[in-house]
Amino acid sequence: MVIDFILLFFVVVCAVASVSMKDLLGSVMILGAYSLLMALLWTRYNSVDVAFTEAAVGAGITTVLLIAALSRTFRHEEDPEKPGQSIFPWLTRIARLIPLGVVMLTGAVLIYGTLDMPNFSDPAAPANLHVAPYYIEKSVPETGSINFVTAILASYRGYDTLGEVTVIFTAGICVLILLRRRFHG
Amino acid sequence: MAEHVIIKTVSRLMIPFIQLFSLYVIAHGELGPGGGFQGGVILGASFILYAMVFGLEEGRKRISRKASDFFNPTGLFIYAVIGIFCILGGGRYLEYDRLPLIGNEILASQLGIYGIEIGVGITVSAVMTTLFFEMARRDDD
Repeated sequence: MVIDFILLFFVVVCAVASVSMKDLLGSVMILGAYSLLMALLWTRYNSVDVAFTEAAVGAGITTVLLIAALSRTFRHEEDPEKPGQSIFPWLTRIARLIPLGVVMLTGAVLIYGTLDMPNFSDPAAPANLHVAPYYIEKSVPETGSINFVTAILASYRGYDTLGEVTVIFTAGICVLILLRRRFHG
Repeated sequence: MAEHVIIKTVSRLMIPFIQLFSLYVIAHGELGPGGGFQGGVILGASFILYAMVFGLEEGRKRISRKASDFFNPTGLFIYAVIGIFCILGGGRYLEYDRLPLIGNEILASQLGIYGIEIGVGITVSAVMTTLFFEMARRDDD
């Protein structure tokens, strides 16, 4: 239980640090650390497949791709506005507070929403009573796959996975269309 | 990173093991955590690591533009064709139990899942490699 709070604390620290940093390369690296901490949290909650994906995609590939994108732009974030440029300085000061208010409000609504949720790992939770027992009982005799996460993804929800692979393929094609230089090499 | 001897030596040692691990993850998606997506990402990451350490030109010698362009749609094609084989065997699309010429329903289902995991792995690794090669800045840009 203590380890959960330590991990969550570091997740929040990483999130705040990556947003507030001006050095974008450092920000990307902190996002990688954030994903690794999230992967540890998923492992704590026994969702190993999600943790594996988070570690491989979030901490691995996304970091590298963001660094690759940074190699085409500037490393340091510019200052949003310099004092004295605006006609109404007080207006920009108020405008800067609006996002803070929106974030606080959304966070408060989300916390209010969690009050209705069942306790963690409650066997009587609706999620554990609906289709989960069916998959746990039937997935091995029906699909022969011991890991029933794979059985759900590949067999019961095969169309979804096909769609996801199509999305990834389309993303690759779009990058090719947009970024590959045609008259070179 | 032309002059970094340590990085070059370590990644030359590590890349075969990373690739072996990625194949293990793809092949054992049915038995443990992992699967085509995670394994494909790790396989793509090994190519990206090679290209980062030894340079984009050297990386393109190992996995050429033609090869990554070919494997981009190949995995998706394998996935879709397995679904069509299920129809030919008398089932519905992606109903692996009915894959023809196998007979045993459980074995057919396992082979179907195995096949689509391989397809997912091929497409994901090729797309990740393509994304990196196309996005990273070249020296002549």
